[in-house]
Formats: sequence, structure tokens, C-alpha cells
Amino acid sequence: MATEIRVPALGESVVEATVGQWFKEVGDAVAVDEPLVELETDKVTVEVPAPVSGVLSDITVNPGDTVEVGAVLGAIADGDGKSAAPATKTKPAKPAPATTKAEAPAPLPDVELKALEREPYIREEIEPDAMPPSPAARKLLAETGLAPGDIAGSGRRGQVLKGDVIAGTAKALLTRKKAPKPAPAPRAPVAQSDEKREERVRMTRLRQTIAKRLKEAQDNAAMLTTFNDVDMSAILKIRKEYREAFEKRHGVKLGFMGFFVKACVHALKEIPAVNAEIDGQDIVYKNYYHVGVAVGTERGLVVPVVRNADELSLAEIEEQIADFGARARDGKLGLEEMQGGTFTISNGGIYGSMLSTPILNAPQSGILGMHRIEERPVVRDGQIVARPMMYLALSYDHRMVDGKEAVTFLVNVKESLENPARLVLDL
Amino acid sequence: MSKFDLVVIGTGPGGYVCAIRAAQLGMKVAVVEKRATHGGTCLNVGCIPSKALLHASEAYADAADHFGDMGIKVKPELDLAAMLAFKDEGVKDNVDGVAYLLNKNKVDHFHGTGRILGTGKVEVTFINGEKQVVEGKAVVIATGSEVAHIPGIEVDEKRIVSSTGALSLPEVPKRMVVIGGGYIGLELGSVWSRLGSNVTVVEMLNTITPGLDGEVAKQLQRILQKQGLTFKLGAKVTKVDTKGKTVKLTIELASGGKAEELTCDVVLVSIGRVPNTEGLGLADIGVELTRGRVVVDGNFQTNVAGIYAIGDVIDGPMLAHKAEEEGVAVAEILAGQAGHVNYEVIPSVVYTAPEVASVGRTEEQLKDEGVSYKVGKFPFTANGRAKVNRTTDGFVKILSDETTDRVLGVHIIGPDAGTMIAEAAVLMEFGGSTEDLARTCHAHPTLNEAIKEAALAVDKRPIHM
Repeated sequence: MATEIRVPALGESVVEATVGQWFKEVGDAVAVDEPLVELETDKVTVEVPAPVSGVLSDITVNPGDTVEVGAVLGAIADGDGKSAAPATKTKPAKPAPATTKAEAPAPLPDVELKALEREPYIREEIEPDAMPPSPAARKLLAETGLAPGDIAGSGRRGQVLKGDVIAGTAKALLTRKKAPKPAPAPRAPVAQSDEKREERVRMTRLRQTIAKRLKEAQDNAAMLTTFNDVDMSAILKIRKEYREAFEKRHGVKLGFMGFFVKACVHALKEIPAVNAEIDGQDIVYKNYYHVGVAVGTERGLVVPVVRNADELSLAEIEEQIADFGARARDGKLGLEEMQGGTFTISNGGIYGSMLSTPILNAPQSGILGMHRIEERPVVRDGQIVARPMMYLALSYDHRMVDGKEAVTFLVNVKESLENPARLVLDL
Repeated sequence: MSKFDLVVIGTGPGGYVCAIRAAQLGMKVAVVEKRATHGGTCLNVGCIPSKALLHASEAYADAADHFGDMGIKVKPELDLAAMLAFKDEGVKDNVDGVAYLLNKNKVDHFHGTGRILGTGKVEVTFINGEKQVVEGKAVVIATGSEVAHIPGIEVDEKRIVSSTGALSLPEVPKRMVVIGGGYIGLELGSVWSRLGSNVTVVEMLNTITPGLDGEVAKQLQRILQKQGLTFKLGAKVTKVDTKGKTVKLTIELASGGKAEELTCDVVLVSIGRVPNTEGLGLADIGVELTRGRVVVDGNFQTNVAGIYAIGDVIDGPMLAHKAEEEGVAVAEILAGQAGHVNYEVIPSVVYTAPEVASVGRTEEQLKDEGVSYKVGKFPFTANGRAKVNRTTDGFVKILSDETTDRVLGVHIIGPDAGTMIAEAAVLMEFGGSTEDLARTCHAHPTLNEAIKEAALAVDKRPIHM
């Protein structure tokens, strides 16, 4: 008896993944929970473990295929792998439409039939125990690009019926879909001699998601940036003085991020609008402080979230960030670790950035940009002196955050960093 | 040269339905058919003629065996030639009907053999040898299947017949051997058994009608044995000797033992069907096949752009209604709609007496898949209508998900099962539960009440048991 290997639930809002490496071949013995195959999602790479022990009897998807949550990846048969004859590696007989178009041959130049111009409709996978929409409703849903959950069903046990889709389409389309996007203009032709020297690389799923999210943030928010600078002398002094003691006591290096997270949480408590989001007609002020810390990896930027940062000690924050950084580089961050942030800190300074305007991590209302620390001449008590300075940037959504609030927030962060005693005294 | 939106090769149930649906959607459609008549295997030499003979032979058997019980005294006399003519007229009515429908939908037909030259180009060779190229933006291969042969056993359609020959035997054979215990063998075996032949079915597997729910298959075998059919299961025909006046078959049991010899007048070879892809030029244009079947994607498109395939030539059960569904789906897909076939809900029917019909998964499949399920069964002996009609052989069996109660499979062996199964298919398309079925009012007295009672039986509360 064979057990199917299926794509596991990948976290909220993640519906599909790209198949990566298979660690096992057909015929190999596998133990329960042993990793079988890698799936690359919008955010992380997850390993799918063997649901049972046995012999990998079938691989139905190949690296590069797109699979939806719940789709079959392969199968495990009973046995110990020694006696079992390896089954032949089969290609999926009827792969989901989404996966098959990837390498569709070029359409006929003169064909006008609509099917040959468009991507196939993707039918929403229905949970096996859920009440599926009626057959006609399912077809309509696929054609309008809606999910069953978008429509309130009036049938038995909440079933979505054809009439529900017809009645709901107009309404749902208004909220979900704007006017159909015009197809992106094809790239302008390039001189042949240049074309040879170009390289064409398919965007990874992570890169595509980053692109989409950033553009969405730009399209939706009324985004602008305010700047300030901060004298890092005090922080550098503390680091120098307590670095060894801190590391000895807590087993983690005393970095900058802990101070910045603390300073931001302190300022967020003062200016709640920077820790908010818009939901329809309402502004939701979140009285919890989940601070996302942008981490650059080889595959792109990921933003793990330090949860309830207001309740954590500096050491605990540093510890979490160090752990995130290490795991982000290995692509081992869990999806849930990157969700639910209320504010974000992005540090371009580690790459040497002097000044930048970060883009909001939607739907959050604020993001702090850190930059490089540099000795710069400043005037203190009428004297020009060299001080370790950093420019700070706060991009904010002007729909909810007023200019005064944004500036006050940034000044508050600056003051906390310049006088860390304020953090201790909660001033 | 003509230019079409769609060229369909083959006008069986898949092809002609596809053509009509495409025409409804505003496409300019051509069909290519190598037979003189439309309708493919199903209408010409398959489902339709066999149903005519099943109907007529059942009436004959009823007249002989059951009319007396109802107080009708007759002594039926068989006029086989007239019965075959009755069948042929039925076939003609049906194939003419398809021609009418194609004309009504302004579908152009080309009667000749189609060969695909490349994307959008089909060469038709007419019977007189002339050739014409028909051009279409999309081409659908709907060429169906043909009878599978056993190496070394040559079908002459006289004494060694395929299903085609078995529809037109000029006289009732005294003894008939059917090789293959699938639905075709059982249906045609039943026909000739009812008309007086001594029929033996030889099947290589240990069960007849493989793929049916095990309990149903066993019951069917018991009933057919009662009707006079003999079964040799787990047995293989190793030699067919046609030299003498009678045909001699050598049979070996899989379990071993001495080879056995059977003597008969006619052998029906019904071991299955193979996809019909010969002469289409698929290899020349690079259309991918696996195990003889054309490989298609979720849109029924082959690996060659613009060339699609449906029905028996692609994967899945070789059933007319499955092909029809695919024909509609591909036409809708070509028109830019979300055409789709739900392979979970394709009913299948064996037209023996009683009929066997099923939709969804069998108990064996659910066990294999490790699904937790509930079973409800109800026998026709407890159904009022079946009782008065004295057609009490059989039962209804419903399988549902243990947690959600959603119906996963319905299996009926009994009178008119093929008609009754539609109720279950509709329910399953809507994802209904056995309770939904049990709470739907069923007319009394009808055979369908047995389905409702089986649904109640899932919840251990049938009324009439």
C-alpha cells in the first residue's frame, strides 16, 4: 500500500511552491520524518518530510515544477527498500494546469482562439472535507479568479451556488480586483551584437514576491521619508566597555540592533500611528510590538520578526536576531517567523549606505532605515569635533501618520540612542 | 482549401460532442470521419447496438421465463434475423441523428481518413484516394479505440469474433466461449446466453469486471451463474484450434494443474480496447505517447501546440460519456472558458440483467488510500417496487467519509441501476453527504428509494430493514 506525499500547508496566504531538489531517488528506503524534497515558497525553503517509513515508490513532480498546497509530490510504498523493485520515475499524467504551461511551446502566430493566448484557469483546490462550490459555481469562480472563500454560500452547509457567484462577483471584484492589468509592454528590441552578451535569468519565487510586494506598497501607501542624524558615541562607548562582559554573561555579541529595536519600541509607544495599519475605513492601532528586522541573504531579502519586542531584554533581542540571521542564510526560517510584523527596521549601513529611503513593508505604517556610521565633523559647544554619526530615515504612510508624528518619532529614536539612559528610565 | 477554427478527427461521442459544443460557442468547425456514418464505435459497433440486443434478448428471456408468473401465457419464438434488423434500425436512427445535429450546427464533414501534417493542418484521404488538406487553428484528436487482440488468436469475425462480430452472428451458437470477463464480454455473453447459447466466460484474473467494488462483482457473478453462464476464473487460453468443425480451446489455470479443453462454436475475444492512433502521423509531428495513449496537459493539449486530444486515445476510462465531457471541456477551453472534467465523478455501467452501476471510489480503493469511511447497504429484496416486479436481485451500497459524511462512492447492482446512478453522480458533483441524500424526498414506490434507504443505512437508521 502506498502513502502519498503531499505539499503541506505552507502558512497563511501561501498557496503554491516551486519544487527544488529531491534528496531521495525512487527505490530508496526512507524513514518517517526524513526530508524528501525541498519546496521553495514565496518566503522560505521548506523540506517535506516522509509521512511514513518505507520505500520511495514514485516521484510525480520534477525540480522547477509549480505545485499547490495539497498536491501530490510522490508516494511511499511499504517495504525496506532492499527487495522492492524501483518503480520507474513517472511524469505526472495530468499535472495541474498551472504547472503545465511553464514550457508550453510557442503558440501559433495566427491563432486567435482565446485558449491559446491565455494562461489556463486555475481551479482553487478544495479541502477534501470542505463543502465544495457547486459544479457551475466552480467554473464561474475559476473564470472570475475568485476563491470560494470570497463568496458567501447560500446552499446547504454554506455551499457556494451559481447564483451566489453571480450576485457576489460584482461586489467581490470591486474589492479584490481592479481593472484587468494591461499586459506588460514587451521589451524593446536590442541590437543583435548586444543581445548575445545579455544573460536572461528567471526570477526566483522570492524575487518575484519581493517585486510584487514592494510595488504594491508603493501603489497603495502615501509614502514619504523623513530624515535625521544620530550621534552614536554613547552606544559605541557602551559596546566597547561591556562587549566582553555582555558576551560572557549572555553568550551573544552586543550589537547595534538591540539598541535600535529598543529605541524604536520606545518611540512607537509614544507615536502609535507608526505602529498601525489601515483596514478599510478604519485605522488599526496595534498595541503590541512585533519588529521585523530585514536580513539580506543570497536569495534576497527576508524579514524575520522579533515578537513582543517590548517584553524582551536587550540580550534576548540580540539572541533572536543572531539566530534569525544564521537561519536566514541557510533558508531555514519558518514562514510564521516572518509574518505578523508591526514595524520594520532595515539596515543598509552594513553594506555602506550613507542615506536611503526604505519602502514600507505593507501594510505597516513605518519603516526605519539605518545607515553607515562615519566620523563626521559636528559642532558641539561651539567647537567642531569629529563624532561617529549615522543618518536615520523613517519612511511612513502619510495616510495615517502626520508629518509631526513622523518627525517626533524619529527625534525620539535619536534621543534614546544618544542618551541610552532614557531607555532605562523610560523617558 | 478551407480554413476552420477547429478540426476534429473522429465523430464518436467525444468528437461529435466537441464539434457541436465548439459550434455553439461560435467556432467554425470541421469533422473528419473515416466511417461512412458518424457516431464512432459507440453508435456503430459498441454501446448502442449492444443495448438493442440486450433489450431484445432480455424481453425474449422474460417472455420465456417470467411472463407466465404474471399470467401472460406466451411461447416466444426467436427470429434472429428480425432481431438483428431491429438492432440495425436502432443504430441507423442514432447515427442519422448525429449527422442531423452536425448539420444543424453547421459543422462541415469530411468523410475520409485524417492524418495530421502539422499544427493546424489535417490531410484527409477520401475513399476514392483523393486527398485534401483541411486547415484549422486547433486540431482535436478524437479517434477513439479499437478491439485489443490476443497474439496468436486471429479474429475472423465468423467463428472467432470481436465485439463487432458478436453483434451480428447469423445464428445462435450452441456453445460460446467468451475470453475476458469485463463488461463487454458479460453483456454480449448475456445476449447469446438468453437466446439459447451455452456460454462460458474465461477470465485471467480471479474476479470478473476488475475495477468494480469487490462485493458487487461477486454478487454479479452469482446472479449470472444463476442465469446459466459458466465462469472459469484465473484461467488463460493458451491455444485455439479452428481446424475442426468446432473450435477447440486449451485453457490453463493460473493455480496450475492439468490443462483443460473447451469445445465451442464461437469464441468472443473481449479482452479490452487499445487507443486508435495508427495512421494519424503522430510520430512524424512529434506528439508524445505513453503506453499507446496520447499525453495531454490539463487543457487536453498535447506537447505540440494547437493539437489537442480527448476520449479513449488519452488517459482514463474508455467510456463514451467520459469522452463527451472532455469534448465539451476542450471546446470551452478553446473558447477561453474554464472547461473542466471532474474525473472523480464519472459513472460506469454494466448493462447485464440486473445492471451494475457505480460512481466514485470502491471500498477497496478507500482501504488502499487509507480513508476512514462508513458503509450503508440496502437490498432490493426490501424495496417495494422491486418486490412487486420480482426484480429483487441486487443491492445499493454507499460509501461516505467517516468524519464529514461526504459521499465518496455509490455502487448499485439491480434493476435499472444505470439510470438510477445519475442521482448519485449529481449529489457527488455537489459534494453532498449521505444525510443530504437521506433528507431528499424520493417518490414512492420507486427503485430509487433503495438509494435513499442505503443513505439512511450509513447512519444505521433505514426504515424498511
